[in-house]
Amino acid sequence: MLRDIGASSIDDLFAIIPEEYRVKGDLAIPRQMGESEIVDHFKAAAAKNANGYASFLGAGVYRHYRPVIIDTIVQRGEFLTSYTPYQAEITQGTLQAIFEFQTMICELTGMDIANASMYDGSTAAPEAVMMAMRVTGRDGVVVARTVHPEYREVMHTYAQHREVSSGVAAVEVGYGPDGSPHAGRVDLAALEAAVTDETACVLVQSPNFFGVIEDVAAIAEIAHKKGALLVVAVAEAVSLGIVRPPVEADVVIMEAQSFGVAPSFGGPFCGVIAAKEKYVRQMPGRLVGQTTDKQGRRGFVLTLSTREQHIRREKATSNICTNQALVALMATVFMTVYGKEGIKELALHNLAKADYAAKTLGAHGTLLFGRSPRFNEFVLQTEEAPEWMNARLLEQKIIGGVALKRWYPELGNATLWCATELTTREQIDAAAGWWRRLRRLLWCGRKEISPQRTRRAQRTLEWAQEDRKME
Amino acid sequence: MTAETEKFVGTTRKVTAHLTQNEGLSFEKSAPGKKAYRLAELDVPAVDAASLLGDLAREDTGTLPELSEIEIIRHFTRLSTWNYAIDLGMYPLGSCTMKYNPRVNEFVSRLEGIAEAHPYQPEELSQGSLGILRLLQKCLLEITGMEAITLQPAAGAHGEFTGILLARAYHQAKGNPRKDVIIPDSAHGTNPATAAICGYEVINFKSNARGGIDVEALAAAVNEETAALMLTNPSTIGVFENEIHKIADILHAKGALLYMDGANMNALCGKTRPGDFGVDVMHLNLHKTFSTPHGGGGPGSGPVACKKILEPFLPVPVVEEGKDGMLHLNYDRPQTVGRVRAFYGNFGMFVRALAYILANGPDGLRQTTEDAVLNANYIRKKLEDLYELPYTTPSMHEVVFSDRRQLRNGVRTGDIAKRLIDYGFHPYTVSFPLIVPGALMIEPTESESREELDLFVDAMRQIAREVEENPEVVLEAPHSTRVSRLDETTAARKPVLRWRSRQ
Repeated sequence: MLRDIGASSIDDLFAIIPEEYRVKGDLAIPRQMGESEIVDHFKAAAAKNANGYASFLGAGVYRHYRPVIIDTIVQRGEFLTSYTPYQAEITQGTLQAIFEFQTMICELTGMDIANASMYDGSTAAPEAVMMAMRVTGRDGVVVARTVHPEYREVMHTYAQHREVSSGVAAVEVGYGPDGSPHAGRVDLAALEAAVTDETACVLVQSPNFFGVIEDVAAIAEIAHKKGALLVVAVAEAVSLGIVRPPVEADVVIMEAQSFGVAPSFGGPFCGVIAAKEKYVRQMPGRLVGQTTDKQGRRGFVLTLSTREQHIRREKATSNICTNQALVALMATVFMTVYGKEGIKELALHNLAKADYAAKTLGAHGTLLFGRSPRFNEFVLQTEEAPEWMNARLLEQKIIGGVALKRWYPELGNATLWCATELTTREQIDAAAGWWRRLRRLLWCGRKEISPQRTRRAQRTLEWAQEDRKME
Repeated sequence: MTAETEKFVGTTRKVTAHLTQNEGLSFEKSAPGKKAYRLAELDVPAVDAASLLGDLAREDTGTLPELSEIEIIRHFTRLSTWNYAIDLGMYPLGSCTMKYNPRVNEFVSRLEGIAEAHPYQPEELSQGSLGILRLLQKCLLEITGMEAITLQPAAGAHGEFTGILLARAYHQAKGNPRKDVIIPDSAHGTNPATAAICGYEVINFKSNARGGIDVEALAAAVNEETAALMLTNPSTIGVFENEIHKIADILHAKGALLYMDGANMNALCGKTRPGDFGVDVMHLNLHKTFSTPHGGGGPGSGPVACKKILEPFLPVPVVEEGKDGMLHLNYDRPQTVGRVRAFYGNFGMFVRALAYILANGPDGLRQTTEDAVLNANYIRKKLEDLYELPYTTPSMHEVVFSDRRQLRNGVRTGDIAKRLIDYGFHPYTVSFPLIVPGALMIEPTESESREELDLFVDAMRQIAREVEENPEVVLEAPHSTRVSRLDETTAARKPVLRWRSRQ
């Protein structure tokens, strides 16, 4: 080939790179490995992670069963190794699948239109907010503190460099304390006070970060009264099977990870933006539309691309280019497998498991916001520090709830627990049982009733640990 | 295309007629009561949604399809056969680096301890994941010659956003965020869109006769309000900026930064390092250079590497090695630009990219680059007599022709691209970069054998002859696909973005 080109050596082709910037010798990276060595390398890494634990983690990433055929389908090279479907004639497979995805997302969220996907739920949030700014011509944002803290952080990152006429890019609104009428939900009075004529949108999440379902209709009324849009985030997509969709919203952003996507240490996931039809031209990201070919046959194309960066450059609705097409395909297959009845049944199982877990675990602490409606997560308040409790639970191969102190210092020792259809009664009972023993132990130690009793409790704990090991 | 014309019609060696099956939308095939799932038996007391949720309970889940498992498998398998893919043949899309996606990468990313890892599981139970992050970071820093890195951005454009935020934070820390970002007219559309989102004015900068940066003009354009220059190197016409260090010096003299769009890193790996030639901040596309699959448009991953001066501003958290030898996530970084995404990035893509790097090693990465550049130059040599080369500067990993000669017969780059489909290839990148009117941008990557390249060259040469002797066959292409050219105008004018039941 070099001869064909008329080059004497491969270095001729790199002659344009000035000598002083050429790499001499080898890069200092691991040597070339054989396939079996690569597999061994990652198996060793996998072994250093959590294996064989019962997990009560949720908080934006949910463990649901992933039907086997999802992976069968997405591993087909025709989907896996295809490019963005700009050449419609030879990408009808991807295009039709995205069209089905858009349709199902609309059906589930109660919106009219949905895009082909965003990076994830957290980045869909600022994109939806910027969309609301374009629609309303305003630049204020009111965000509920019950929105996933990392979504809010991402939104603040996006907002910090925008010039905002009101001077305040994003105002946060708190939640009702335990026992109040809006316990763990957006404080409606505070919201009403925060929304002004400069507010482009109100951003809430439902079910919110505490797992509590927000009163979307009431929030919408407050937002709309001032001419602001309502953006509702759905981080746990399975909830849509049993929770009334946020039809009063103008824009719905979603994280579709729950629909058949592995937790994978936080990504890749699948964000979505859905909206009312009238906002279609302000929508960021790719859209697939139906059309016909010259013979009148139905076909699908990427459409309304005049919103996008490759046409509009600095005037585009967003800089997004690559999105999450393959992950959207996973979600599409998931929604197709469960279908109309299955998604409801699945959501109902989640509701039942979380209800049982909340009651069982709640017996050993205080169930915060217990009277507010919730889906598959709940908040437990304890006298003991979550670090201590969780460390002890880990010894029993149980990963307890996420400590909320990091984001909500006012909640003290509270932890956020999640139970899905994969959580078994045995796991819930085991966690509750250990928790009971641990608290008894602590209580003994604290009261200093008698050294014997403390020792007895300590011994009980050790025996139980031995039992566990024997199993 | 019948025998009645004696005009030239090429013969394809790569493809023959292929039957695909018809398949409606899943909704159209749905029938009430069909099921493809069975849940595990409920081992806790059943609940009544209405009593738990009251009026927040959902009654109707809308028109989701109801199908059996075999119907679903067939549905998606049939759809898949309507796609072109790297697994079917060469994908010469310039700037997209459609290289082979190794299957071992897919396998290791699905290992249970890796795929099931929850981002909030305790650090001591995440050492495997954090180790993958750490090793990939080290490798990418060595490959780029940079000093600090974040893997958080979810794609290339997201990486650009992060990189420009770093630049902004850097200037802000010095008292003035500055106003402008200079972007050459050959740049990807994401560059100006990114600068605008970060609150910068875009200064469009005209390329010189060689398709590169005119150093003198740049010196005149850069001033104390210039935050950065966003440069793609090699440029989108596949040419290495050999005065890159002068460019960096001009920027640095005014306190501005050099941002490099790493989309074309496949031309540099193992041969030269951006950190060595003056780049301050850059992004990488793991889905281009490091072989993670494009998946029909994502997921991607866009790590951002930078020099020490920008390190304090990196998004949180950053992975650090503790004194105990354990890896930790550090959130306590007062000068951070904040988070650009929840959690730590598209982790599954890190696993695949690292597997690719391990499979190559230093010698493999160097050879990959050499082969990619060799392949592009081979195509250039084999086609330059028939297609116009607007820039004769040496090509790196991709070559850009123009349709100037074919235009005489009324045939444009888009038509040639569509005709290429009939020859069994995916089209090259059409009409980009914008500085070349009627551009044909071809990037073969290192994955292609000489045999596949020859088939491609053969197809392009036959199409050139068709353009001369039988332009209609090219103008009407493609002839062999399930659907012919689609009506994009109506699609945009009267958008139908979802299926609705006709009741």
